[in-house]
Amino acid sequence: MNAKLWRFPGGLHLSGHKTESTRLPTQRARLPKRLTLPLHQHIGAEAKPVVAVGERVLKGQVIARAEGYVSAPVHASSSGTVIAAGDFPVPHPSGLSAPCIVIETDGAEQWCERHPTPDYTAQDPSHLRNLIREAGIVGLGGAGFPSFIKLNPLGKTVDTLILNAAECEPYITCDDMLMRERAAEIIHGIRIMRHALHAAHCIIGIEDNKPEAYAALVRALRELRIDGIQVIQVPTRYPAGGEKQLIHVLTGREVPSNGLPVHIGIVCHNVATAAAVHRAVQLGEPLISRYVTITGPGVPEPRNLEVLLGTPMAELLQQCGADPSSIGHLVMGGPMMGFSVHTSSAPVVKTTNCLLAAEHAPAVQAAMPCIRCGACAEACPANLLPQQLYWHAHAKEFDKAQNYNLFDCIECGCCAAVCPSHIPLVQYYRYAKGEIWTREREKQKADVARARHEFRLARLAQEKAEREARHAQKKAELAGKNAPRETAPH
Amino acid sequence: MQTSSSPHLHSAAPVSSVMLRVIYALIPGVIATIWFFGWGVAVNVMLAAIVALASEAVMLAARGRPIKPFLLDGSALVTAFLLALSLPPLAPWWITLIGTAFAIVVAKQLYGGLGCNPFNPAMAGYVVLLISFPREMTQWLAPETVSGHALSFAQAAQVIFSGAAPPGLTLDAVSAATPLDTLKTHLHLGETVEAARRASPVFGSLGGLGWEWINGLFLAGGLWMMYKKVITWHIPVALLGGLLVMSTAFHLFNGDAYVSPAFHLFSGAAMLGAFFIATDPVSACTTPRGKLYYGAGIGILTYIIRAWGGYPDGIAFAVLLMNMAAPLIDHYTQPRVFGHKK
Repeated sequence: MNAKLWRFPGGLHLSGHKTESTRLPTQRARLPKRLTLPLHQHIGAEAKPVVAVGERVLKGQVIARAEGYVSAPVHASSSGTVIAAGDFPVPHPSGLSAPCIVIETDGAEQWCERHPTPDYTAQDPSHLRNLIREAGIVGLGGAGFPSFIKLNPLGKTVDTLILNAAECEPYITCDDMLMRERAAEIIHGIRIMRHALHAAHCIIGIEDNKPEAYAALVRALRELRIDGIQVIQVPTRYPAGGEKQLIHVLTGREVPSNGLPVHIGIVCHNVATAAAVHRAVQLGEPLISRYVTITGPGVPEPRNLEVLLGTPMAELLQQCGADPSSIGHLVMGGPMMGFSVHTSSAPVVKTTNCLLAAEHAPAVQAAMPCIRCGACAEACPANLLPQQLYWHAHAKEFDKAQNYNLFDCIECGCCAAVCPSHIPLVQYYRYAKGEIWTREREKQKADVARARHEFRLARLAQEKAEREARHAQKKAELAGKNAPRETAPH
Repeated sequence: MQTSSSPHLHSAAPVSSVMLRVIYALIPGVIATIWFFGWGVAVNVMLAAIVALASEAVMLAARGRPIKPFLLDGSALVTAFLLALSLPPLAPWWITLIGTAFAIVVAKQLYGGLGCNPFNPAMAGYVVLLISFPREMTQWLAPETVSGHALSFAQAAQVIFSGAAPPGLTLDAVSAATPLDTLKTHLHLGETVEAARRASPVFGSLGGLGWEWINGLFLAGGLWMMYKKVITWHIPVALLGGLLVMSTAFHLFNGDAYVSPAFHLFSGAAMLGAFFIATDPVSACTTPRGKLYYGAGIGILTYIIRAWGGYPDGIAFAVLLMNMAAPLIDHYTQPRVFGHKK
């Protein structure tokens, strides 16, 4: 397909390390004895548990319901008994534990009642969004934003639906394998999404380092006789899979700073999300499993596994020939944007696309001073000046960092990867953003407190004025009563 | 379980290898300089290197900074090379010592060391010498092919460290003003460029005799650095462009009073300045557009100083002046951030 493509600024050519995990076909991961399901696997409010300890649950049954608009329910990934509800280790950069529901599986894999809607075309888009919401579907590319919200055009015209199949980070191949093996499911899901959005155009953007997946998608479109979905290969250059970058490459349009793709008539979803939408709507299956890439130098047989959500990471490492006790460094996500997991007992969650395991963390080279060489600025896909951001973040001049558009940083890690002084630049930006948020929260709090204080002063003043007025009145009344007596003639 | 912060991948060569590549790129030009102006150049480079490393070590210790990583980063060596290559080939040893020590101690370490100096240390050292010791700093050598005398390494070292000429030779016999200097003197006397070039043997076909080769090889080293992505094209192209535009305009206006652009590009420190001195990232502009203004500013100022100023070459002053302007230029040349209005 010879579509016109655009080029985003900066970016890096990284060695892919993708062939390691694409040699073997995807396999179902073994059913674990215990499933640990965190209540917070998405962006938004934590889900509210609706099952009690000791209760028997069926596969696909809701165990926690969405709380508020931006939230997602959690389902039992297999049948069994709820044996605990409380704080357990979860994959999070902080390493803290978080509320989870633990299910002891019974091995029966007994489904709850499913309500498939094979003919989605007869359905109202809002009904489809409801089905998708109730299925607990969130962005499977890694962000975890509830998908039904991004399927609601909110009165805006969406002219293009973009499916993100770029998978630009090294090592990760879960979308690649899903496209190779389940292209038809993805296509069905895309059609549902398109129906919900009334999008005129639809493009699947895929990096040109995945020829098999590309061929599978094209073949599926031909076999299903579906027109109007374009599959476009984009040059492999990190971070081509960043939402803003992919949109720019495919359409030449830039998502405005502080804006959303829908503001320029575009909605972007991940291909794995599309497959999940298909299963939710047409098969009635909620999101209870996903493809996960198990790879890295510490994994003897790297491959993709179809994993039930809640499965401990250690079991997956074992299934790929690794001894979990010998893994000293485990990253969830890719090497550029993933984060270190503190324990391999943490479960796979909705946003777990890849586990990158090694015996040791990469050696940390001591940071040297910034020599302002500008390599970071050349690599920055947002066209920022990372050297200036660093300078101001380092000096804690956060307002100046903000003037240099700190909040346009997508934390892709390109700057830090090319820094000859080995400065952990992204860490500085995260720190600066966190400080600015904290200050803003504190300022808001202070504003509220001040307003309250001012109101109190005004109230006291008013009360005092009223009291004085009452006194004066009383005095006047008393004076009025006494006066005749005093002035009475003897 | 060990933890690390993303990105977990690093592909960058360290600062020390960046600096090492700068030194590799200098070598062809250094060899040419030695070829034309004798072993004194090599003595100066070695002396400057020793003084630079020693001053760096002393200052790091005094500032309580780790010595090894900063001594091995190579930045002090680059400063030593750049300064030594700007000095007269038989400059007395204390000239090299004072200049290098000033560059490292004052211009670099007192400002906070690597990455913190607002001025190019080598040029700061050079300008201190030029202002303080004008006689020693303008006594250049004639190319060996002109003077007919070739000093051995030992003889050159003897001159540098004792100030005495080897037996049977006077320093006047081997020294001559640089082509830029000679030209300036002749033009001051009201002669034409052509007459000046005929009158003195120090001129070559493009620039000064020998200087055109030296500049050519620094140009080659600079292009290699661009190829290796040690530097970007912006500053050298803008600098040489500025010099070229100015010299072409005035040469076309009056060819008798203003020498040809080729002479300007292949004389003095033009190529060394464009590729090695002005590109010092610490003291230069850092935005792509800012680098263009910065380079062009140096090129134009160099021409102004060469044509009408009191000094024969102007690279050092031009670099320091633009160093001062760099933060301001950076402020006004920020690139358009992705997603912001065009």
